[in-house]
Amino acid sequence: MSTETTPAVTQKKESLFSKKNKKLLSDPLNDSNPITVQVLGICSALAITVQLQQAVIMSLSVLFVMIGGNVIISLMRNMVPDRIRIIVQLVVVASLVIIVDEVLQAFQPDISEKLSVFVGLIITNCIIMGRLEAFALANKPGPSFLDAIGNGMGYAWILLVVSIVREIFGSGAISLPGMGQVKFLPTSWFISEGGLYENNNLMILPPMALITVGIIIWIQRSRNQALIEEN
Amino acid sequence: MLASVKNAQSLHSNNVPPHKFGVMAINKNSTVYTFGFSIAMVIVVGTSLAYTSLSLKDRQDANAADKKMMNILSAIGVEADRDNAGALFSDFVVERVSIDGSGRQVNSTVSPVDPKDKQDPFSIEVMKDYRAKIKSAVKAADGDAETLQAALESAELEFPLYRCSKDNKDLFVVPLVGSGLWGPIWGFVALEDDMTTIYGANFDHKTETPGLGAEIREGFFTDKFRGKKLNTAGPLLFSILKGGAQTNENSVDGITGGTITSKGVDEMINRTLAVYLRYFESQSLTRAQK
Repeated sequence: MSTETTPAVTQKKESLFSKKNKKLLSDPLNDSNPITVQVLGICSALAITVQLQQAVIMSLSVLFVMIGGNVIISLMRNMVPDRIRIIVQLVVVASLVIIVDEVLQAFQPDISEKLSVFVGLIITNCIIMGRLEAFALANKPGPSFLDAIGNGMGYAWILLVVSIVREIFGSGAISLPGMGQVKFLPTSWFISEGGLYENNNLMILPPMALITVGIIIWIQRSRNQALIEEN
Repeated sequence: MLASVKNAQSLHSNNVPPHKFGVMAINKNSTVYTFGFSIAMVIVVGTSLAYTSLSLKDRQDANAADKKMMNILSAIGVEADRDNAGALFSDFVVERVSIDGSGRQVNSTVSPVDPKDKQDPFSIEVMKDYRAKIKSAVKAADGDAETLQAALESAELEFPLYRCSKDNKDLFVVPLVGSGLWGPIWGFVALEDDMTTIYGANFDHKTETPGLGAEIREGFFTDKFRGKKLNTAGPLLFSILKGGAQTNENSVDGITGGTITSKGVDEMINRTLAVYLRYFESQSLTRAQK
């Protein structure tokens, strides 16, 4: 009988940074990226990537909600009644989002204004609800925490890349929270000042975000053939 | 001995799912448990959210006050940011007045802004008043100016007015609130000391359509108001016209595709300035007597 319990004990002592757990962190960055592979959370990725600083704040907000939600739901996973589990997940995510919104209004009022409804819409971000339902409800807090970081970062890096591309070509500038927008092109380059350069206004519009995400997907799939579906 | 105890526990857990509530078996799917869980969850969530909201309220209010000062200053053509809004506001705004619905002065102060002071005209929440009383009155009046005026007079409202001084000229900044297509719109209009010439204006919105109604906040629209005059004789003080119409000194061209938002701007300018004009008239009478 005692031989039966031994494997269970060794499984419990599995390190937080075992191979399996490291995959939880690295997979969402590439192979199962929430935006480029699962195509979740696209709405906010298109809407708030005009400026880098908005994308940074949005990524941090989503990361906070993901980690908080995943860990809390994972801690409660044995207590949550099955019949109301979606409502419980929704309440946890919604409260975290309200906290994020309140904190932004208090400490980053200008960015909070620009992100406007998209902070509130984190609640409906499919990445978060998806991870809660698919992972946190069935796993311990440790792996859930790593899973949240992985997926949050998977979302964040796409947002950051898209917003950097869009801001450089759309506004000729780069902005970071707390530093404001830094225009690095000399004004004499612009057509209005007698130069030859002009910002591409299409970059500021949502369609260009979709095209940029599309280009990232293209590069990703050409490097990672396993992602290409067979017809 | 120990092994047998462990064994007994594991056998037990094969029949009943493990739980954290001691020996008593609790059916997680029973209605009572579900209700109990929901109630406990709501209490925990409610408390933590109330705590967050209360502990951040002061900072948020300060931010909102800064934003309001920035908007008032921008109406008189002074660009401020959050850091210097307070200082510039006390430099340029020389008096804050509140008037009632029939244009009589209720309160006036020249002291520094105190957001905590409910008597301070700066603390009047025009948005709240609009939602609570004015919106329904506008709907009930259905375009009839006299009914609306009577309703505004009987509703116990106060309207704030900011008297500013710039380049040795008196400017009067009036806050406006109205309804766009999807939600509230608001703004500030600055009048010159003849009280009919518009010195500057700015508008903002909560949820108007990007690219269409949302354009009211942009410079190309607000700049058109500069130098226009209120038509104190005519039926309408000011009008926002639909595309292609010839504009005169009492009107500006509206936003194509943002008809309902433009109409909202038109409505809020006419409704609000009508109240203030009565105050201005009484003021110029007393000035003439002096």
